[in-house]
Amino acid sequence: MTHVYEVFRQERKGQPLQHAGSVTAPDERFAEIYAREQYGRRQESVALWLVPREAVSEVAGFPDEFEMKYRRVDGYSIKARLREARERAGTLQMAPGAGDE
Amino acid sequence: MTDTRTQEFLEYVQAGGQVEATDWMPDEYRSKLVKFIEMHGNSELMGVLPERDWILRAPTLQRKLALTAKIQDEVGHAQLIYRVVEDLGKPRSACLDDLVSGKAKFHNVFHYPTRTWGDVGIIAWLVDAAAIVSQKALLKCSYAPYARIMKKICWEESFHILHGRDVILAMVTGTPDQFELVQEALDRWWEPLMHFHGNPIPADEDPMYVWRIKSQANEEARQQFLDGYVPQVRELGLEIPDPALRKNEGTGQWLYTEPDWEKLRAVVTGHGPASEERLAFRRLSRADVAWVEQAVLAEAA
Repeated sequence: MTHVYEVFRQERKGQPLQHAGSVTAPDERFAEIYAREQYGRRQESVALWLVPREAVSEVAGFPDEFEMKYRRVDGYSIKARLREARERAGTLQMAPGAGDE
Repeated sequence: MTDTRTQEFLEYVQAGGQVEATDWMPDEYRSKLVKFIEMHGNSELMGVLPERDWILRAPTLQRKLALTAKIQDEVGHAQLIYRVVEDLGKPRSACLDDLVSGKAKFHNVFHYPTRTWGDVGIIAWLVDAAAIVSQKALLKCSYAPYARIMKKICWEESFHILHGRDVILAMVTGTPDQFELVQEALDRWWEPLMHFHGNPIPADEDPMYVWRIKSQANEEARQQFLDGYVPQVRELGLEIPDPALRKNEGTGQWLYTEPDWEKLRAVVTGHGPASEERLAFRRLSRADVAWVEQAVLAEAA
Protein backbone atom coordinates (compact mmCIF):
# COMPACT_ATOMS: atom_id res chain seq x y z
CA MET A 1 0.00 0.00 0.00
CA THR A 2 1.49 3.34 -1.01
CA HIS A 3 0.41 6.90 -0.27
CA VAL A 4 0.83 10.14 -2.13
CA TYR A 5 2.87 12.79 -0.35
CA GLU A 6 2.72 16.35 -1.62
CA VAL A 7 6.15 17.97 -1.64
CA PHE A 8 6.71 21.66 -0.90
CA ARG A 9 10.17 23.08 -1.33
CA GLN A 10 11.95 26.20 -0.17
CA GLU A 11 14.61 27.41 -2.54
CA ARG A 12 16.36 29.82 -0.20
CA LYS A 13 16.02 30.83 3.43
CA GLY A 14 13.28 33.39 3.87
CA GLN A 15 11.37 32.36 0.74
CA PRO A 16 7.95 30.71 0.80
CA LEU A 17 7.63 26.94 0.59
CA GLN A 18 6.10 26.25 -2.78
CA HIS A 19 4.39 23.17 -4.05
CA ALA A 20 6.87 21.25 -6.19
CA GLY A 21 5.15 17.96 -6.97
CA SER A 22 4.46 14.70 -5.23
CA VAL A 23 5.99 11.32 -4.50
CA THR A 24 4.39 7.97 -3.78
CA ALA A 25 5.78 6.04 -0.86
CA PRO A 26 4.66 3.35 1.55
CA ASP A 27 5.43 5.53 4.58
CA GLU A 28 7.05 8.76 5.72
CA ARG A 29 10.57 7.36 5.88
CA PHE A 30 10.49 6.32 2.25
CA ALA A 31 8.71 9.55 1.30
CA GLU A 32 11.63 11.46 2.81
CA ILE A 33 14.20 9.41 0.90
CA TYR A 34 12.34 9.86 -2.40
CA ALA A 35 11.70 13.56 -1.86
CA ARG A 36 15.35 14.22 -0.99
CA GLU A 37 16.33 12.41 -4.17
CA GLN A 38 13.83 14.22 -6.38
CA TYR A 39 13.88 17.71 -4.95
CA GLY A 40 17.10 18.19 -3.06
CA ARG A 41 19.99 16.22 -4.41
CA ARG A 42 21.55 19.21 -6.23
CA GLN A 43 21.16 21.64 -3.33
CA GLU A 44 18.19 23.21 -5.13
CA SER A 45 16.22 23.31 -1.85
CA VAL A 46 17.02 24.33 1.72
CA ALA A 47 13.90 22.71 3.18
CA LEU A 48 11.10 20.38 2.14
CA TRP A 49 7.64 19.83 3.61
CA LEU A 50 6.02 16.47 3.06
CA VAL A 51 2.26 16.39 3.48
CA PRO A 52 0.12 13.27 3.05
CA ARG A 53 -2.37 14.12 0.32
CA GLU A 54 -5.30 13.10 2.58
CA ALA A 55 -4.25 15.87 4.98
CA VAL A 56 -4.74 18.62 2.41
CA SER A 57 -8.12 20.28 2.40
CA GLU A 58 -8.66 22.42 -0.61
CA VAL A 59 -10.63 25.63 -0.42
CA ALA A 60 -11.61 27.23 -3.70
CA GLY A 61 -14.12 29.64 -5.19
CA PHE A 62 -14.02 33.26 -4.05
CA PRO A 63 -16.90 35.13 -5.65
CA ASP A 64 -17.03 38.92 -5.49
CA GLU A 65 -20.74 39.44 -6.16
CA PHE A 66 -20.74 43.02 -4.97
CA GLU A 67 -17.52 44.00 -6.73
CA MET A 68 -16.16 45.56 -3.57
CA LYS A 69 -13.47 47.52 -5.31
CA TYR A 70 -13.16 50.01 -2.46
CA ARG A 71 -11.02 47.39 -0.75
CA ARG A 72 -8.52 47.28 -3.56
CA VAL A 73 -5.96 49.55 -5.15
CA ASP A 74 -7.78 49.39 -8.50
CA GLY A 75 -10.86 50.82 -6.77
CA TYR A 76 -9.25 54.27 -6.65
CA SER A 77 -8.54 56.54 -9.58
CA ILE A 78 -7.06 59.73 -8.19
CA LYS A 79 -5.47 61.22 -11.29
CA ALA A 80 -8.11 63.89 -12.04
CA ARG A 81 -8.57 64.86 -8.39
CA LEU A 82 -4.86 65.11 -7.78
CA ARG A 83 -4.48 67.39 -10.75
CA GLU A 84 -7.27 69.61 -9.47
CA ALA A 85 -5.72 69.74 -6.02
CA ARG A 86 -2.34 70.69 -7.48
CA GLU A 87 -3.94 73.40 -9.59
CA ARG A 88 -5.61 74.87 -6.54
CA ALA A 89 -2.39 74.76 -4.59
CA GLY A 90 -0.45 76.18 -7.50
CA THR A 91 2.03 73.27 -7.42
CA LEU A 92 1.23 71.74 -10.80
CA GLN A 93 4.63 72.71 -12.23
CA MET A 94 6.45 71.06 -9.31
CA ALA A 95 4.62 67.74 -9.71
CA PRO A 96 6.69 64.74 -10.87
CA GLY A 97 6.44 64.34 -14.63
CA ALA A 98 4.98 67.83 -15.08
CA GLY A 99 7.34 68.58 -17.94
CA ASP A 100 6.29 65.48 -19.89
CA GLU A 101 2.89 66.78 -21.00
CA MET B 1 -20.72 17.18 -31.58
CA THR B 2 -19.24 18.40 -28.34
CA ASP B 3 -21.47 19.50 -25.50
CA THR B 4 -21.51 23.00 -24.07
CA ARG B 5 -19.35 22.19 -21.08
CA THR B 6 -16.67 20.65 -23.27
CA GLN B 7 -16.86 23.59 -25.66
CA GLU B 8 -16.38 26.03 -22.76
CA PHE B 9 -13.45 23.99 -21.50
CA LEU B 10 -11.88 24.04 -24.96
CA GLU B 11 -12.27 27.81 -25.20
CA TYR B 12 -10.80 28.16 -21.72
CA VAL B 13 -7.62 26.24 -22.53
CA GLN B 14 -7.31 27.87 -25.95
CA ALA B 15 -7.37 31.27 -24.25
CA GLY B 16 -4.38 30.17 -22.15
CA GLY B 17 -6.31 28.80 -19.16
CA GLN B 18 -4.69 26.11 -17.04
CA VAL B 19 -6.27 23.06 -15.45
CA GLU B 20 -5.49 21.34 -12.15
CA ALA B 21 -5.77 17.63 -11.34
CA THR B 22 -8.92 18.14 -9.27
CA ASP B 23 -10.73 20.27 -11.88
CA TRP B 24 -13.40 18.84 -14.13
CA MET B 25 -12.10 17.94 -17.57
CA PRO B 26 -13.58 16.27 -20.66
CA ASP B 27 -12.75 12.56 -21.01
CA GLU B 28 -11.12 13.19 -24.34
CA TYR B 29 -8.77 15.77 -22.81
CA ARG B 30 -7.90 13.36 -20.01
CA SER B 31 -7.16 10.51 -22.40
CA LYS B 32 -5.07 12.75 -24.66
CA LEU B 33 -3.11 13.96 -21.63
CA VAL B 34 -2.46 10.41 -20.46
CA LYS B 35 -1.29 9.35 -23.91
CA PHE B 36 1.03 12.32 -24.35
CA ILE B 37 2.48 12.44 -20.84
CA GLU B 38 2.85 8.67 -20.61
CA MET B 39 4.86 8.66 -23.84
CA HIS B 40 7.08 11.36 -22.36
CA GLY B 41 7.61 9.26 -19.22
CA ASN B 42 8.36 6.17 -21.32
CA SER B 43 10.88 8.16 -23.34
CA GLU B 44 12.72 9.36 -20.24
CA LEU B 45 12.91 5.80 -18.97
CA MET B 46 13.90 4.21 -22.29
CA GLY B 47 16.22 7.13 -22.98
CA VAL B 48 18.67 6.01 -20.35
CA LEU B 49 19.34 2.67 -22.04
CA PRO B 50 21.40 4.01 -24.97
CA GLU B 51 23.55 5.93 -22.50
CA ARG B 52 23.73 3.16 -19.96
CA ASP B 53 25.69 1.12 -22.51
CA TRP B 54 28.54 3.60 -22.11
CA ILE B 55 28.82 3.97 -18.34
CA LEU B 56 31.39 1.20 -18.14
CA ARG B 57 33.21 2.41 -21.24
CA ALA B 58 33.34 6.15 -20.47
CA PRO B 59 36.84 7.46 -21.27
CA THR B 60 37.54 9.10 -17.89
CA LEU B 61 36.24 8.90 -14.34
CA GLN B 62 34.86 12.43 -14.60
CA ARG B 63 32.88 11.50 -17.74
CA LYS B 64 31.64 8.35 -16.06
CA LEU B 65 30.34 10.33 -13.08
CA ALA B 66 28.69 12.97 -15.27
CA LEU B 67 27.04 10.33 -17.44
CA THR B 68 25.77 8.51 -14.37
CA ALA B 69 24.36 11.76 -12.98
CA LYS B 70 22.58 12.45 -16.28
CA ILE B 71 21.09 8.97 -16.29
CA GLN B 72 19.93 9.41 -12.71
CA ASP B 73 18.24 12.67 -13.76
CA GLU B 74 16.44 11.01 -16.65
CA VAL B 75 15.11 8.20 -14.48
CA GLY B 76 14.01 10.86 -11.99
CA HIS B 77 12.14 12.64 -14.79
CA ALA B 78 10.36 9.39 -15.63
CA GLN B 79 9.29 9.07 -11.99
CA LEU B 80 7.99 12.66 -11.85
CA ILE B 81 6.13 12.25 -15.11
CA TYR B 82 4.55 8.89 -14.23
CA ARG B 83 3.38 10.54 -10.98
CA VAL B 84 1.46 13.08 -13.09
CA VAL B 85 -0.03 10.26 -15.18
CA GLU B 86 -1.07 8.42 -11.99
CA ASP B 87 -3.03 11.45 -10.80
CA LEU B 88 -4.84 11.38 -14.16
CA GLY B 89 -5.95 7.85 -13.43
CA LYS B 90 -3.39 5.47 -14.92
CA PRO B 91 -1.14 3.71 -12.38
CA ARG B 92 2.58 3.54 -12.99
CA SER B 93 2.54 -0.25 -13.08
CA ALA B 94 0.01 -0.10 -15.93
CA CYS B 95 2.26 2.35 -17.81
CA LEU B 96 5.21 -0.03 -17.39
CA ASP B 97 3.08 -3.01 -18.48
CA ASP B 98 2.06 -1.19 -21.65
CA LEU B 99 5.63 -0.09 -22.27
CA VAL B 100 7.22 -3.53 -22.06
CA SER B 101 4.41 -5.18 -24.01
CA GLY B 102 5.05 -2.76 -26.86
CA LYS B 103 1.56 -1.25 -26.63
CA ALA B 104 2.76 2.20 -25.58
CA LYS B 105 5.25 4.28 -27.53
CA PHE B 106 8.46 6.08 -26.72
CA HIS B 107 10.42 8.68 -28.65
CA ASN B 108 12.05 7.73 -31.96
CA VAL B 109 15.59 8.66 -30.92
CA PHE B 110 15.68 5.94 -28.28
CA HIS B 111 15.13 3.19 -30.85
CA TYR B 112 18.68 3.57 -32.19
CA PRO B 113 21.92 1.94 -31.05
CA THR B 114 24.81 3.88 -29.50
CA ARG B 115 27.82 2.59 -31.36
CA THR B 116 30.59 4.93 -30.19
CA TRP B 117 31.43 7.50 -27.53
CA GLY B 118 30.66 10.05 -30.26
CA ASP B 119 27.02 8.94 -30.04
CA VAL B 120 27.01 9.69 -26.32
CA GLY B 121 28.14 13.25 -27.04
CA ILE B 122 25.63 13.74 -29.87
CA ILE B 123 22.79 12.39 -27.72
CA ALA B 124 23.59 14.52 -24.69
CA TRP B 125 24.12 17.62 -26.80
CA LEU B 126 21.72 17.49 -29.74
CA VAL B 127 19.04 15.00 -28.71
CA ASP B 128 18.70 16.79 -25.39
CA ALA B 129 18.70 20.14 -27.21
CA ALA B 130 15.84 18.96 -29.42
CA ALA B 131 14.05 17.69 -26.31
CA ILE B 132 14.48 20.94 -24.43
CA VAL B 133 12.83 22.85 -27.29
CA SER B 134 9.73 20.69 -26.80
CA GLN B 135 9.95 20.76 -23.03
CA LYS B 136 10.29 24.54 -22.82
CA ALA B 137 7.10 24.80 -24.88
CA LEU B 138 5.46 22.45 -22.36
CA LEU B 139 6.03 25.02 -19.60
CA LYS B 140 2.88 26.57 -21.10
CA CYS B 141 0.93 23.30 -21.17
CA SER B 142 -2.76 23.69 -20.29
CA TYR B 143 -2.39 20.94 -17.69
CA ALA B 144 -0.71 22.77 -14.83
CA PRO B 145 0.76 19.86 -12.81
CA TYR B 146 2.67 18.76 -15.93
CA ALA B 147 3.78 22.30 -16.73
CA ARG B 148 5.11 22.72 -13.18
CA ILE B 149 7.37 19.66 -13.19
CA MET B 150 8.71 20.76 -16.56
CA LYS B 151 10.52 23.58 -14.77
CA LYS B 152 12.67 21.13 -12.87
CA ILE B 153 13.16 18.96 -15.94
CA CYS B 154 14.32 21.86 -18.11
CA TRP B 155 16.68 22.99 -15.37
CA GLU B 156 18.38 19.58 -15.31
CA GLU B 157 18.38 19.21 -19.09
CA SER B 158 20.45 22.35 -19.44
CA PHE B 159 23.25 20.61 -17.55
CA HIS B 160 22.95 17.64 -19.93
CA ILE B 161 23.33 19.82 -22.99
CA LEU B 162 26.44 21.48 -21.60
CA HIS B 163 27.88 18.11 -20.62
CA GLY B 164 27.23 16.85 -24.18
CA ARG B 165 28.71 19.92 -25.77
CA ASP B 166 31.80 19.53 -23.59
CA VAL B 167 32.17 15.89 -24.70
CA ILE B 168 31.90 16.98 -28.35
CA LEU B 169 34.34 19.89 -27.91
CA ALA B 170 36.90 17.58 -26.32
CA MET B 171 36.73 15.31 -29.35
CA VAL B 172 36.65 17.92 -32.12
CA THR B 173 39.77 19.50 -30.61
CA GLY B 174 41.45 16.09 -30.32
CA THR B 175 42.99 13.80 -32.91
CA PRO B 176 41.63 13.49 -36.48
CA ASP B 177 40.24 10.09 -35.48
CA GLN B 178 38.30 11.65 -32.62
CA PHE B 179 36.93 14.34 -34.92
CA GLU B 180 35.90 11.65 -37.39
CA LEU B 181 34.13 9.77 -34.60
CA VAL B 182 31.91 12.79 -33.96
CA GLN B 183 31.26 13.38 -37.65
CA GLU B 184 30.32 9.74 -38.16
CA ALA B 185 27.93 9.86 -35.19
CA LEU B 186 26.35 13.07 -36.48
CA ASP B 187 25.86 11.44 -39.89
CA ARG B 188 23.85 8.66 -38.29
CA TRP B 189 21.93 10.86 -35.84
CA TRP B 190 20.83 13.62 -38.22
CA GLU B 191 17.85 11.76 -39.63
CA PRO B 192 16.45 10.79 -36.20
CA LEU B 193 17.00 14.41 -35.08
CA MET B 194 14.99 15.71 -38.04
CA HIS B 195 12.27 13.19 -37.20
CA PHE B 196 12.27 14.14 -33.53
CA HIS B 197 9.64 16.91 -33.55
CA GLY B 198 7.26 14.93 -35.75
CA ASN B 199 5.71 15.49 -39.15
CA PRO B 200 4.83 19.08 -40.09
CA ILE B 201 1.11 18.71 -39.33
CA PRO B 202 -0.53 22.15 -39.06
CA ALA B 203 -1.09 23.12 -35.42
CA ASP B 204 -4.87 23.35 -35.81
CA GLU B 205 -5.04 19.75 -37.02
CA ASP B 206 -2.90 18.47 -34.16
CA PRO B 207 -5.22 17.39 -31.32
CA MET B 208 -2.40 17.90 -28.80
CA TYR B 209 -2.25 21.54 -29.87
CA VAL B 210 -6.02 21.94 -30.08
CA TRP B 211 -6.25 21.04 -26.37
CA ARG B 212 -3.15 23.16 -25.71
CA ILE B 213 -1.24 20.21 -24.31
CA LYS B 214 1.44 21.35 -26.73
CA SER B 215 1.81 25.07 -27.21
CA GLN B 216 3.42 25.02 -30.63
CA ALA B 217 3.32 23.19 -33.95
CA ASN B 218 5.83 20.43 -34.74
CA GLU B 219 7.46 22.44 -37.49
CA GLU B 220 7.82 25.48 -35.23
CA ALA B 221 9.76 23.33 -32.76
CA ARG B 222 11.99 21.92 -35.50
CA GLN B 223 12.69 25.42 -36.83
CA GLN B 224 13.67 26.55 -33.34
CA PHE B 225 16.01 23.60 -32.99
CA LEU B 226 17.64 24.24 -36.37
CA ASP B 227 17.96 27.93 -35.69
CA GLY B 228 19.64 27.34 -32.36
CA TYR B 229 21.90 24.42 -33.21
CA VAL B 230 22.83 24.29 -36.90
CA PRO B 231 25.20 27.26 -36.45
CA GLN B 232 26.65 25.66 -33.30
CA VAL B 233 27.34 22.41 -35.19
CA ARG B 234 28.78 24.11 -38.23
CA GLU B 235 31.11 26.40 -36.32
CA LEU B 236 32.97 23.30 -35.12
CA GLY B 237 33.75 22.33 -38.72
CA LEU B 238 31.27 19.45 -38.63
CA GLU B 239 29.21 18.77 -41.72
CA ILE B 240 25.48 18.18 -41.49
CA PRO B 241 24.58 15.38 -43.92
CA ASP B 242 21.87 17.28 -45.79
CA PRO B 243 23.03 19.28 -48.84
CA ALA B 244 19.67 21.06 -48.99
CA LEU B 245 19.90 22.44 -45.44
CA ARG B 246 20.05 26.22 -45.47
CA LYS B 247 18.25 29.19 -44.01
CA ASN B 248 16.08 31.29 -46.23
CA GLU B 249 17.19 34.69 -44.96
CA GLY B 250 14.10 36.32 -46.47
CA THR B 251 11.58 34.26 -44.49
CA GLY B 252 13.87 33.18 -41.64
CA GLN B 253 12.80 29.58 -42.28
CA TRP B 254 15.18 26.65 -42.54
CA LEU B 255 14.90 24.58 -45.69
CA TYR B 256 15.88 20.92 -45.64
CA THR B 257 15.40 17.61 -47.42
CA GLU B 258 12.00 16.23 -46.47
CA PRO B 259 12.54 13.44 -43.93
CA ASP B 260 10.97 10.03 -44.55
CA TRP B 261 7.89 10.23 -42.31
CA GLU B 262 6.91 6.62 -43.00
CA LYS B 263 10.23 5.60 -41.52
CA LEU B 264 9.49 7.64 -38.39
CA ARG B 265 6.14 5.90 -38.03
CA ALA B 266 7.80 2.50 -38.38
CA VAL B 267 10.49 3.37 -35.81
CA VAL B 268 8.11 4.59 -33.10
CA THR B 269 5.83 1.60 -33.54
CA GLY B 270 8.69 -0.66 -32.53
CA HIS B 271 10.47 -1.30 -35.82
CA GLY B 272 13.61 0.74 -35.16
CA PRO B 273 17.08 -0.79 -35.29
CA ALA B 274 17.28 -1.22 -31.50
CA SER B 275 13.56 -1.31 -30.51
CA GLU B 276 13.36 -5.02 -29.77
CA GLU B 277 16.65 -5.15 -27.87
CA ARG B 278 15.70 -2.16 -25.70
CA LEU B 279 12.28 -3.49 -24.85
CA ALA B 280 13.74 -6.90 -24.07
CA PHE B 281 16.21 -5.25 -21.71
CA ARG B 282 13.47 -3.23 -20.02
CA ARG B 283 11.40 -6.40 -19.52
CA LEU B 284 14.41 -8.15 -18.04
CA SER B 285 15.33 -5.33 -15.68
CA ARG B 286 11.72 -4.93 -14.58
CA ALA B 287 11.60 -8.58 -13.59
CA ASP B 288 15.04 -8.32 -12.00
CA VAL B 289 14.11 -5.47 -9.64
CA ALA B 290 10.55 -6.56 -8.82
CA TRP B 291 11.81 -7.85 -5.46
CA VAL B 292 12.86 -4.30 -4.46
CA GLU B 293 9.30 -3.02 -4.67
CA GLN B 294 8.06 -6.04 -2.75
CA ALA B 295 10.72 -5.59 -0.07
CA VAL B 296 9.96 -1.89 0.34
CA LEU B 297 6.24 -2.52 0.68
CA ALA B 298 6.81 -5.39 3.10
CA GLU B 299 9.26 -3.35 5.18
CA ALA B 300 6.76 -0.51 5.49
CA ALA B 301 3.78 -2.74 6.23
